[in-house]
Amino acid sequence: MSHLVSLALSFGLLSLLAVGGGTAVLPEMQTLLAHQFGIDHLRFVHIYSIGQIAPGPNMLMVLVIGFQVAGLVGAGVVLLSFFLPSSILCFYAGRIWNRFGESPWRRSIQNALEPISIGLMASGVYAVAKSSIVSPITLGLALISLYFILRTKINPVFVILGSGLLGFLLLKYL
Amino acid sequence: MSSTNLTDKKLSVSLYDLFFQFLLIGAISFGGGIIAYERILLIEKRCWLTADEFMGYLAISQTMPGLNSVNLAVLTGDHLRGMLGAFVATIGLILPGSLFVLIIGVAYTSNTDHPLANLILSGVAAAACGLLAAITYRIGDEHWKHLKSLLIIVPTFILMSLVKLSLPLVLLIMAPIAIYMYRPRVSS
Repeated sequence: MSHLVSLALSFGLLSLLAVGGGTAVLPEMQTLLAHQFGIDHLRFVHIYSIGQIAPGPNMLMVLVIGFQVAGLVGAGVVLLSFFLPSSILCFYAGRIWNRFGESPWRRSIQNALEPISIGLMASGVYAVAKSSIVSPITLGLALISLYFILRTKINPVFVILGSGLLGFLLLKYL
Repeated sequence: MSSTNLTDKKLSVSLYDLFFQFLLIGAISFGGGIIAYERILLIEKRCWLTADEFMGYLAISQTMPGLNSVNLAVLTGDHLRGMLGAFVATIGLILPGSLFVLIIGVAYTSNTDHPLANLILSGVAAAACGLLAAITYRIGDEHWKHLKSLLIIVPTFILMSLVKLSLPLVLLIMAPIAIYMYRPRVSS
């Protein structure tokens, strides 16, 4: 029970802090999960990676974390606490917005939040990289993936699956 | 229904159609780019929003906390069919992916420390890291070249990753500084 409450509180807080999209809260989520639920960095990165293969919003992997901590009920609690607070906030922000229209401050706040969320995303890359790039082979796979995603039109899902296969072959037979 | 100024366009959208169209996006948007799918649906496929309305809602989605794609579903659902519309659009968007990650997640949980699964996931995680770096690079776009943006990006990164402050604290420090730097110019 206390696990469910702390899941709800943790993900509710993360929901409201996720400015500029979910990836901004990745480092915070990683730290929080290690401290509160004993999910180590490697497992976190594995779960995160599973989420990248799935369709839909890229942070649905939080359900897997809920599942690992407290089964299906945990997944349900995380779903509600991660998506409900920010959605309700956005819902009312949209309504207030439609009532008040354009204000110079709104543009300022948006412009100000943009570089912050980019900085936080960079921290997200750093956090994921620290746990996923652990050998020359994984470094090579990460760089090749980066190249293919930036320079070609191949769907990232295929790049990720291909890297999984290549990684498997290289790590097993090299 | 309390508001009487609903246009015919808004009334003509059925909750079922709203749910199903967002469900479709939630099911086919493998590999990210979900905002692009939403744009195609809302502006081109169904004409539920004008390009201008779309950009306005996108801006709110990005400013508010939460996932941009989910926020956009909330706002357009509300625009078309009120609170219930916001609800069905959001549920539709996250339902397929939720089932997907749960099925794979259950498989992963029962096979943790399986050497085979760990080998595959090492490669998958490395590529996911590459993907995240690519997305960050692309979203950063022009910001990487502007000193003003870098003056916020770099300290944010340092406070978060190297000083290891908690996220609320980082926001508390950086947000006022950034908002001050980007304050509205006083029009003379």
